[in-house]
Amino acid sequence: MTDLLAARSQMAMSLAFHIVFAVAGIAMPVLMGLAEGRWLRSRDPVDLELAKRWMRGTAILFAVGAVSGTVLSFELGLLWPRFMELAGPIIGMPFSLEGFAFFLEAIFLGIYIYGWDRVPPRAHWAAGWMVALCGALSGVFVVTANAWMNTPAGFRWQDGRAWEIDPIAAMLNPAAASQCVHMAVAAYVAIGFAVAGIHAHALRRDKTNRFHRRALALSLLMGGVAAIAMPLTGDWSAKVVAKTQPAKLAAMEGQWKTEARAPLRSGGWPDEENEVTRGAIEIPGALSWLAFGDADATVKGLSDFPREDRPPVGIVHAAFQILVACGSALALLSVVSALLAWRRRGLPDSDLFLRIVTWASPLGLIAIEAGWTVTEVGRQPWVITGFLRTKDAVTPMPGLVVPFLLFTLLYLFLAVVVLVLLRRQVFASPTSAELPAEPAAEPSA
Amino acid sequence: MSPDLLAVLAAAAILMALALYAVTGGADYGGGVWDLFARGPRADRQRQTIEHAIGPIWEANHVWLILAVVLLFVCFPSAYAAIGIALHVPLTLLLVGIVLRGSAFAFRSYGDMGPSGLRAWGRVFAIASLVTPLMLGTIVGAISSGSIRVPPTGTSFWTDYLAPWLAPFPLGVGVFALALFSFLAAVYLMAEARGDDALRADFRRRALVSAVAVALIGGFVLFVLAPRGAPLLAPRLGPSGGGVLFWLVLLAFAGTVVLIVRRSDQAARVFAALVVFEIVLDWGVAQFPALVQPSVDLFRAAAPKRVLELVLIALAAGGVLLLPALIYLFRVFKGARSS
Repeated sequence: MTDLLAARSQMAMSLAFHIVFAVAGIAMPVLMGLAEGRWLRSRDPVDLELAKRWMRGTAILFAVGAVSGTVLSFELGLLWPRFMELAGPIIGMPFSLEGFAFFLEAIFLGIYIYGWDRVPPRAHWAAGWMVALCGALSGVFVVTANAWMNTPAGFRWQDGRAWEIDPIAAMLNPAAASQCVHMAVAAYVAIGFAVAGIHAHALRRDKTNRFHRRALALSLLMGGVAAIAMPLTGDWSAKVVAKTQPAKLAAMEGQWKTEARAPLRSGGWPDEENEVTRGAIEIPGALSWLAFGDADATVKGLSDFPREDRPPVGIVHAAFQILVACGSALALLSVVSALLAWRRRGLPDSDLFLRIVTWASPLGLIAIEAGWTVTEVGRQPWVITGFLRTKDAVTPMPGLVVPFLLFTLLYLFLAVVVLVLLRRQVFASPTSAELPAEPAAEPSA
Repeated sequence: MSPDLLAVLAAAAILMALALYAVTGGADYGGGVWDLFARGPRADRQRQTIEHAIGPIWEANHVWLILAVVLLFVCFPSAYAAIGIALHVPLTLLLVGIVLRGSAFAFRSYGDMGPSGLRAWGRVFAIASLVTPLMLGTIVGAISSGSIRVPPTGTSFWTDYLAPWLAPFPLGVGVFALALFSFLAAVYLMAEARGDDALRADFRRRALVSAVAVALIGGFVLFVLAPRGAPLLAPRLGPSGGGVLFWLVLLAFAGTVVLIVRRSDQAARVFAALVVFEIVLDWGVAQFPALVQPSVDLFRAAAPKRVLELVLIALAAGGVLLLPALIYLFRVFKGARSS
């Protein structure tokens, strides 16, 4: 393994690990806030139990997210010192703002977790929503910095350095808005369905359990609303990619030839040797239409990019197919859930439905991992698109395979522990027999 | 504002973040050390007090470090790059410590585990709390030692990546940081244990023992190791060059010890924090204008004027939001009502 590959692998692994905890930090507080808000109105102990159970899970996920995020803030310099030397000042604004957002998130989470009997109930509830707000903001700021790597702006490049740096223009780079919205919505989808799947699984064995029914209703609500918005934000993101990062778009679609009326490809294997994508289902003109709003528009193909400027096509294309498949499945499931809930005037609870929701549990998180693979691998060979190549940014330190293996083992171990502990949280949740009876005048869900 | 003044202000902001990290986050590590050395009939109560004291605030305290790192790469990118390259190994060890300390604490607190799980994760938490400040101090020592070459010489792995930190002075600073944080935590914990005289006495004893350790190790690092191990820093750090800051540190330290003996726990807490704060300040001033001794200084490493201006504005604006929240957090959990 070369040092460059080891550094890239370590970065990819660290990001892939961190993102799961980061999205939990964004979306779990919304669920806690919904449950606690219900409790404040209904005084139904089930709502309080739910808020507290979700909080315990959040506390674990947030802590691991905070420390793995710290690792990333150092890894940028440990692995890519040359990149940070050039880009640090340009993307400093979003990173500094992220520092404050994260600070506030940590403060209010401390108040939320330990403050149940120390601050007034409304203030406590407000602290929960502050965690949610600051979590979302801190995600937005980090994604803004990433968007700058994809569509750099706010500087003049000369002699291998940036001049006339304008940090505000850098922050408002072309991909920032679409990437941020797409990612924020993705967080609610992924966590909503991940949580829903856990409670759906528990409900299959204990169908009248009010605790799990309430949990499933709230998490499906959050995940479902977001999942229905997801295709729109995805379409926006793809259009920005088409305009600003043609090589990435071509890799996502396995588009080799530059052509008008380019087809949309589902599946298939890009053959990098012969520059052709085989075995895909093609819809003529659909890519041109989706990317540029005109079925006759010309899409630039990979063959028109010099070989050394092309991203690894196979990985990007495959990851994009996974992303679209998972996203579409969840959007469809959301529509179906909404229809069923509307027809039944309540939570759908047939065994088939619960089984499908259980199976859908990991899809949102898989989509996030696939989506980041598209974004990051699709930008290669660049770390700053068009200006700095990844291979020129890596640290001169040899033996990078050692820290890569060290962090991989550490994170694998932590992942297993977190899974075991969260599983225990679910098993420790109350059974129907242990739950108090429904209060007489319970407001409807 | 002139670019030089902006650079000094940015460096001062980083130093402030580091000092606040030492005063708050440092004590959280020290708490972990006392968890490791919890002994005697009240060992369990000692551990509970520590967990109680750290729980609500450690994640917020930890953000001071992240803020310092972010400000460093935004305002002084070449210093960040130089440190990232030369100190890759100790930084990696520091990160492993940070990850294990934080995760283990969260697992233990919210994991609903049995006694054996609690014991095992408590151990991980405590050992990581001991290793992390050791590495943190070592890294600070290496940055000040003057043995980091920018760019790396390319002669050998030892010269470029190990020698700068695997040396008596940086390791001495690491041990000093460990002793200092343990001292700080013991003093804080005296105040946390109010209402339980036996427990207070446990932490008072620990505070006094670690005060002796701080004095001995501090003196040894300053007068024996620093003159050879950090030749550029040493003359400006001690009684001759450090000037008023050095004497302020000594004064606050002597004051803390007196207050511990006189059982003024709350006042001792303030003085102990002052000791740590002033030590970091003293170090920062002695470093000036170097960021990484000897070759990276803050004027040449500074980001362009416009970047520094915006970052300082963001810091001021962020501070306006942050401070009330931070004060609220500490009032809720560390205020007079909180025991």
